[in-house]
Amino acid sequence: MAEAAIALPPKGGFNFDLCKRNAMLEKNGIALPRFRKTGTTIVGLVFKDGVILGADTRATEGEIVCDKNCEKIHYMAPNIYCCGAGTAADTENVTDMVRSQLELHRYATNRESRVVTALTMLKTHLFGYRGQVSAALVLGGVDVTGPHLHTVYPHGSTDTLPFATMGSGSLAAMSVFESRYKEDMDKEEGMEIVSAAICAGIFNDLGSGSNVDLCILTKGKTEYLRNYQKPNPRSYIRSKGYDFARGHTAILSTRITPLKDQVTIIEGDAMEE
Amino acid sequence: MSITSYNGSALVAMIGKNCFAIASDRRLGVNFQTIATDYQRIFQIHDRLYIGLSGLGTDVQTLYQRLKFRHKLYQLREERNMRPETFASLVSAMLYEKRFGPYFCEPIIAGLSEENVPFICTTDLIGAKQFSSDFVVSGTASESLYGACESMYKPDLEPEDLFEVISQALLSSVDRDCISGWGGIVYIVTPEQVITKTLKGRTD
Repeated sequence: MAEAAIALPPKGGFNFDLCKRNAMLEKNGIALPRFRKTGTTIVGLVFKDGVILGADTRATEGEIVCDKNCEKIHYMAPNIYCCGAGTAADTENVTDMVRSQLELHRYATNRESRVVTALTMLKTHLFGYRGQVSAALVLGGVDVTGPHLHTVYPHGSTDTLPFATMGSGSLAAMSVFESRYKEDMDKEEGMEIVSAAICAGIFNDLGSGSNVDLCILTKGKTEYLRNYQKPNPRSYIRSKGYDFARGHTAILSTRITPLKDQVTIIEGDAMEE
Repeated sequence: MSITSYNGSALVAMIGKNCFAIASDRRLGVNFQTIATDYQRIFQIHDRLYIGLSGLGTDVQTLYQRLKFRHKLYQLREERNMRPETFASLVSAMLYEKRFGPYFCEPIIAGLSEENVPFICTTDLIGAKQFSSDFVVSGTASESLYGACESMYKPDLEPEDLFEVISQALLSSVDRDCISGWGGIVYIVTPEQVITKTLKGRTD
C-alpha cells in the first residue's frame, strides 16, 4: 500500500505521511523551522464606481526579509482580486484553488463570476481546516450585483465592509481609513487614501515594507498597478559594484559538458502548451 | 537546534546574461561533526534545469528521487522536457501537499528556457514560490549569503564573471557559517555548455 502511494502521482488533498516523524523530532527537542510569512499590510476600500485593493510587497521569514518585492494581490477572476496575508504558501494555494474552481464554474455557466461565490468557496475551505490553513484575506470585486469588499479570517469567518484592513500592519492602515474615509469618493481620492494606508503600514509596521501595489476594480474594467509607489528605493548601492578578476577564485577541478543542439520541429503544428 | 541546521548547507543561484549559475557547499555534517566533504545538494533534472535542495540530508535525497521520477513520467507522457516554470510549480505542489508534515527542504530551482531565458526560483519548505530576477539563496548560510549577494551581484554578467561573483559570494558566506563549507561546487549553464567547477575553500 505504501509502495503504491509513492508510485502513483497524488490526486490532491494533503498528505500526512511525515507527521509522525516530525512530531518525534519535535518531542526530542528539535525545533521545527519557520514558514515564509507575509507579515503584511493589505487593505481594500469601496469607492463610487468600484473597489480598490492595496498591498505592500515585503515577505519575511522570521526577522529576515526574504522577498523585497513580492506580489500579494492575487488574481481570482477578471473582475475579482484577492489580497493575502499570513503563511505565504497558504494564501497562494488557497487563492489558486478557488481561482481554478471559479474558472471552471464560468465555463459551466457562461456567466461572470460573483464575489460571493469566491467568498463562499474560500470560507468553506478555511473553516474545514479550523484555522490550520492560516490565510487572512481581503477579497474585492465588482459583479452584476455591484461592488463588494469582504475580509476572510483564517478560521473561516467573514466580514462585509466599506473599508477593510488585514495583516500585521492592519492597525496602522485602519487609522488612516478611520480618519479619512468618506462615502462616494472618486477614484483619485480613493487611490490616494489606499496608498496612504499602505504607506502607514510600510513605515509603522516592521513586518510590512517596500512598495505599494494597487488594484482598481470597476464595472467591466480592472487596473492592476504593480509598484504604484516606490517609497523605499535602494540608496546604498556601490556605483561601480565589486569587480573580481577572471581566474581569481581557486579551483580544484573543471568539467565542461557541451549541450546538444535543441531539436526544432520544422514540419507539423506546434503543440499547445 | 533547528532540524534544518542538523546537516548544514549553503545554496545560491544567480542570473547572468543568457545564462545562470547555481552553487552549493559540499559539507554534510551531524551538528558539529563533519561526515562527508563531497555531499551533493545540486541535481540535474535535464540538460538545462537544475535543482538545489538545502536542509535535512535525508529529505534532500528523498525529494530529489521523487522529483526525478515525476519528471521522467512527464517526459514519457509529453515527449519533451519540463519548462523551468512548470517544474517550479511541481516542486511547490509536492511540498504543499505535505503542508502539515513537511519535508525539511528549501529548494532552489534554476533553469534555462527554450528561448535561452534564465529562470531562478526558490520556495520555503511548504512550497511558497518566490521568483527572482537577480539571485536566490537558501540553507543555513542564507543570512550571510543575502548580504554577500546583495553587495556583490551585478546584472547581465558574462558566464566567466558570473562564476567569480557567485564563487566569492558563496565562499565568503560559508566562512561565517560554521556548519557549512568545505569548498563548493558551481554549475554555470549557458545555451552551449555546462561548466562544472569545484572550488577550493577553507577546511575548518
